[in-house]
Amino acid sequence: MGILLFLLLFPAAMSLVFAVLPPNAFRNTLVRVSALLIAAGSVWLAVAFNGQGYQSFKVEFPHLDMIFFGGEMLLSLFLLYKCIGIKKHEWYIPVLILVQAGIMAYCELSGAMPEVENALYIDSFSIIMALIIGIVGSLISLYAVSYMRDYHHHNPQMKDRQRSFFFIVFFFLSAMFGVVFANNLAWLYLFWEITTLSSFILIGYPKTEEATRNAYRALGLNLLGGLGFACGILYLVKFLGQPTIDLNQILTMGRLDSGLVMIPIVLICFAGIAKSAQLPFSSWLLGAMVAPTPVSALLHSSTMVKAGIFIIIKFAPVLQGTWAGYFLALVGAVTFLITSIIAVTQSNAKRVLAYSTIANLGLIVACAGVGTPQTLWAAVLLTIFHAVSKGLLFLGVGSIEHKIGSRDIEDMGGLIVNRPGLAVVMIVGILGMFLAPFGMLISKWACLEAFVNVKYTPLLAVLLAYGSAPTMFFWTKWLGKIVSVSGDAKKGEGAVPGDEWTALWFLAAATVATAALFPLISWASVSPYVSGLYHVEDAAAGLTQGNIIIMSILLGLMLLMPLAFLAYPKKNKYVSRYLAGANLDQGDSFTGAMGATQHATLRNYYLSGFFSEKKLTVAGIVLSICLIVTMFSVVKI
Amino acid sequence: MSYLKKSPWIIHYDGSSCNGCDIEVLACLTPLYDVERFGIINTGNPKHADVFLITGSINEQNVEVVRNIYNQMPDPKVVAAIGICATSGGIFRECYNVKGGVDTVIPVDIYIPGCAVRPEAIIDGVVAALGVLEKKAAALKSMKASA
Amino acid sequence: MKSAIAILAWVILAPIAGGLLAGVDRIITARMQSRVGPPLLQPFYDVLKLFGKQGIVVNAFQNFYMICFLVFVVVTGCLFFSGGDLLLTIFALAVAGVFFALGAFSPNSPYSNIGAERELLQMMAYEPVLIIMAIGMYMVTKSWHVDEIAGFHNLLVGYLPGVFVALLFVLTIKLRKSPFDLSTSHHGHQELVKGATTEFAGPALGVIELAHWYENVLLMGFVYLFFASNWIAAISAVIVTYFLEIFIDNTFARLTWRFTVKSSWIVAGVFGVVNLFVVAFLIK
Repeated sequence: MGILLFLLLFPAAMSLVFAVLPPNAFRNTLVRVSALLIAAGSVWLAVAFNGQGYQSFKVEFPHLDMIFFGGEMLLSLFLLYKCIGIKKHEWYIPVLILVQAGIMAYCELSGAMPEVENALYIDSFSIIMALIIGIVGSLISLYAVSYMRDYHHHNPQMKDRQRSFFFIVFFFLSAMFGVVFANNLAWLYLFWEITTLSSFILIGYPKTEEATRNAYRALGLNLLGGLGFACGILYLVKFLGQPTIDLNQILTMGRLDSGLVMIPIVLICFAGIAKSAQLPFSSWLLGAMVAPTPVSALLHSSTMVKAGIFIIIKFAPVLQGTWAGYFLALVGAVTFLITSIIAVTQSNAKRVLAYSTIANLGLIVACAGVGTPQTLWAAVLLTIFHAVSKGLLFLGVGSIEHKIGSRDIEDMGGLIVNRPGLAVVMIVGILGMFLAPFGMLISKWACLEAFVNVKYTPLLAVLLAYGSAPTMFFWTKWLGKIVSVSGDAKKGEGAVPGDEWTALWFLAAATVATAALFPLISWASVSPYVSGLYHVEDAAAGLTQGNIIIMSILLGLMLLMPLAFLAYPKKNKYVSRYLAGANLDQGDSFTGAMGATQHATLRNYYLSGFFSEKKLTVAGIVLSICLIVTMFSVVKI
Repeated sequence: MSYLKKSPWIIHYDGSSCNGCDIEVLACLTPLYDVERFGIINTGNPKHADVFLITGSINEQNVEVVRNIYNQMPDPKVVAAIGICATSGGIFRECYNVKGGVDTVIPVDIYIPGCAVRPEAIIDGVVAALGVLEKKAAALKSMKASA
Repeated sequence: MKSAIAILAWVILAPIAGGLLAGVDRIITARMQSRVGPPLLQPFYDVLKLFGKQGIVVNAFQNFYMICFLVFVVVTGCLFFSGGDLLLTIFALAVAGVFFALGAFSPNSPYSNIGAERELLQMMAYEPVLIIMAIGMYMVTKSWHVDEIAGFHNLLVGYLPGVFVALLFVLTIKLRKSPFDLSTSHHGHQELVKGATTEFAGPALGVIELAHWYENVLLMGFVYLFFASNWIAAISAVIVTYFLEIFIDNTFARLTWRFTVKSSWIVAGVFGVVNLFVVAFLIK
C-alpha cells in the first residue's frame, strides 16, 4: 500500500512546493524530477501488483472521513467564492454548488453515512489507469516546463501565474490517482470535484474574457454531473435497504441483482458522461481549448475526461443486459457519430482534436454501456490507446503552434519540410488515431465485433460504421496537409525545447509500442481484468493468432517502408507542378490574367455547407437528452 | 521492344489556332476515325503524354506555356506540328505578333501541313511520329545502358 | 498450404486478370460508342510503356506513397484471398486508400489536391457500406473469416439483398466509374486534368495503374462472396456486375461529390441498414 499512498500524496505535496517556488531553473528541475518519480512510481505499482487481482486496503488515520467531509465543504466554499465573477446567465453554478454541498452535508451530518472498511483498492484496471496518469501525465508536466516558459514569452501581456499552474497540475494528478484507487464513494466524490476545480482554474488561466466564460461553463456542466454523483450517494445512503458507499460492495450487489443499485449507478454514470463531455455536455470541452495546450492534453484528453469513462467502465458489469445500459451506450454511440461528422468542418487543430476526443470517449461509453466481456475489453484498450495518441497529438500541436505561430491546420502545410521532426511525430499520432494496425483501429475493430453480438439490434454497429467514415476523412486531410510539399518550402529555424521533445518522442514511441505489443498488454492486464469480472475464459475478441500475425506484418511494413525509402534515395528528375503551362518557376507561382504573377494556394475541404456544425450540435443535444431521459425512465426495467 | 508504338498517349495544345486544325484533331478521336484502335488516348496532362500535338503558331503569350508543357513531358517524347500555322506560321507568318512555327520554341519531330489539315493526314503524321518515338526510345535505352 | 497457393495466385494472376478486365472494359465501352476500340491487351501495353518512360516528379516523396499504395493493396488481397478476416481486409484497404490520397496531397498542386480531397470524399461515401457488408455477412454466417463466409451453404445474396444493392451502388465509386469518378478517372474525362494522378508520370503511373487492377479484382471478389456457394452463379454475377458498371459508366455524366456522399449514405441506410435489421429479427 505504500506505493499507493506515495502516488496519492507525493504529487499533492509537490504541488504545495510549486505553489511557492518562482519559475526558475531550480523549480524546473524539481518539476522534471517529480514527474520522473511519479512515472517511476506508477511503473513500480504496476510491476508490484501485476497479476494479483483485486486487493483492497484499510487506511489507518484518525477522523479521515471527517477530513474528507471537511475537504468537500472547503471546496464548495472556495467554488462559491470563485462565483463572485459570474454573469447573470451563470446563476445556476452557485445553486448547484449549494445543492451539492447541502446533499453531502445532509448525508454526513445526519449520521447516515455508512462506514467503508477498506477505503482504497487496486485492480488491473486501476493499474492501467495509474500507468496512464503516471506516465502520460508526467510527460505532459515535463512538457509544460518549457511550454509555459514560451507561452508567457509569446504573451507578455499575460500575468505569469505559473505557480498556481503547476500547483493545480500536480494537485490534479493526486486527485486523479485518488479517483482510480478510491473504494469509498465519498472520497471518490471529493477527488472527482477536485478534478472539476482543477479544470475550472486551468481553463481560466489566460484570464481573458473568453477563457473566463469558458471556465465557468466547464465548471457549471461538470457540477451538473457532480449533482448526479451526489444524488447517487444520497440514494445509496438513504434509500438502499443496506446502505453502503463501498464501491466493491455496490458492484457485488449489482452483479447479483442489478435492480437494487441501478438508480445510483445511473446517477453516477450521468456524472460520468458530463465529465467525459458527451452530448449534451460537449460544449464545455470545446470551450476548454482556450487553455494552454498542456492543460488540453492532460485534462481534456488523456486524464480528467478519462475519469468520466473510468467510472462508467467500473459499473459496466452491472449495466450489462439492462435497458438503462443500452440507452447509455446509445448516448455514447450517437455522440461518436455526430462529433465525428462535426470534426470534418473544423480547421482549428485543437477543435478537431477536441471533437475527436469526445467521439472516442463516446465509443468507450458505448462499449461500457453494453457491458459484455468483449465490449469491456475493447473499452479498456480504447482508453489506453486514446490516452497515448491524443496526448501526443495535443502536445504536438502545442509545439507546432509555438514554432509556426498558428494552430490552424491550413497553416501546417509543408510541415514535413519545414519541421520534419514535429511532422513525423504528428504523423505517428494521427496514424495512431485511425489507421490499422495502430491501437485505435484495433480497439474500434474489437468494438465493432462486440457490438454486432449485442442483442436487440445492430444499431450500435451501424452507428459505428457511419461514424468511422468521417474520421478517416478529417484525419487523412490533416495528414495530407502536413505531408504536402509546396514549391517554396524551407526548413524552419529555432529548435524545439528539450522537455517538449522528450515528451513527444516518448509518446510517439509509446503509440508504436502499444500497437506492436497490444497482444501482450491484453494478455497481461486487460484480459485478466475482464475474465476476473465475468468469469469467462478469454474475452479478447478477434485476437486470434492469425490476426495478430497480420497486424504485426502491417505494422512492420509501415515502419520499414519509410526507412527503405530513406535508405535508397532515387535520382529523380524534378519538374514543376502542372499549372496548365503557366508556371513561372519550380514553385507555386504562375502567370495569371493580364500577365500578373499569381500564387497557387490550396485549402482543404471543410464541407461546412454540407455538414452544419450548429445544426448537428442542436440535433445531437436534443437526441442525447431524449436518450438520457429514457435511460432514467427504464432504470427499473 | 518498346511499347511506345503500341500505346502512344497524346496531349493536344492550341497555340493560336483558329480551331480549324483542333476540330480535325478531335475528329480523329471520334468513332469515324477512332484512333483508340492504335492505343492512342487524348490525355490532357503533359506528364502522362508521349506525343505533343500542337496547332496554331507561336506568339509572345504562348512561348513560355509551350515550353513549360514540353518540359513537363517525360522522355521519350515527340512533337508533331499540326497544320501550316504550327509548321511555319502559315498565312499569319508576317504578322507583327507571330514569332513563327512551333520550332521557334521547341524541337519539332513531325510537320503535318494543311489548312485545315485533314484527319487522314493527322493519323498518317502521328504514325510517322511513332516511328521517331521508337528511335528516341532506343537511343535513350542505349544511353542508359552505356551510362 | 491452401492459403499460400491462394496468395501466390493473387499476387501473380490478379494483375493479369485486372488488366484483361480493363481491356474488356475499353472494348465494350468503345462498342457502346459505335467505335472499334483498342486491342484486348492494350492496358498491358499501356503499363509496359509507362514503365519505360522517364520518371519525373515534383518532390522527392510523392512516389513513395504510391508504392505504399500498391504494397498495401496487394497485402489486402493476400489477406482476403487466403481466407482471412473480412473486417481487417476492409481496414487494410482503407490504409491503401489513405496512401493514395497522401500521394495526391504531396505535390501540392491544385489539380491533384482537389483530386485528393475528392478521393477522401469517395472513401467517406463508401466506407459505411463496406463495414455494413462485413456486419451483414457475420450476422448470417456467424463468422468474420472469408473462407468460412465463402463456405456458407447458401447464397448470401438471398439473406442480404439490400446489402448487395448498397455494395453495387458504391462499387461504381470504388471502380472509378461515372457518375462517381470524381477523384481520377480514365481516358476521356478531363474535368480536373487527371485529378489525383496529375503529377505522376512514367513508372509511378504504371504502379498506380497496377494497384487499381489489383483493387478491381479484389472488389470483384467482394461481389463473388455474395454468391460463393455456387461458383457458376458467382462468376456470372461478377460478369453481369462488371458489365452493369460499364453500362452505367457510359450512360451517366460525372455528378457532384455532394450527391455522391449523400446518395451513398442514404442508399446504404435504406437498403443496407434495413436489411441488417431484418436479418437481426429473423435470425435470432
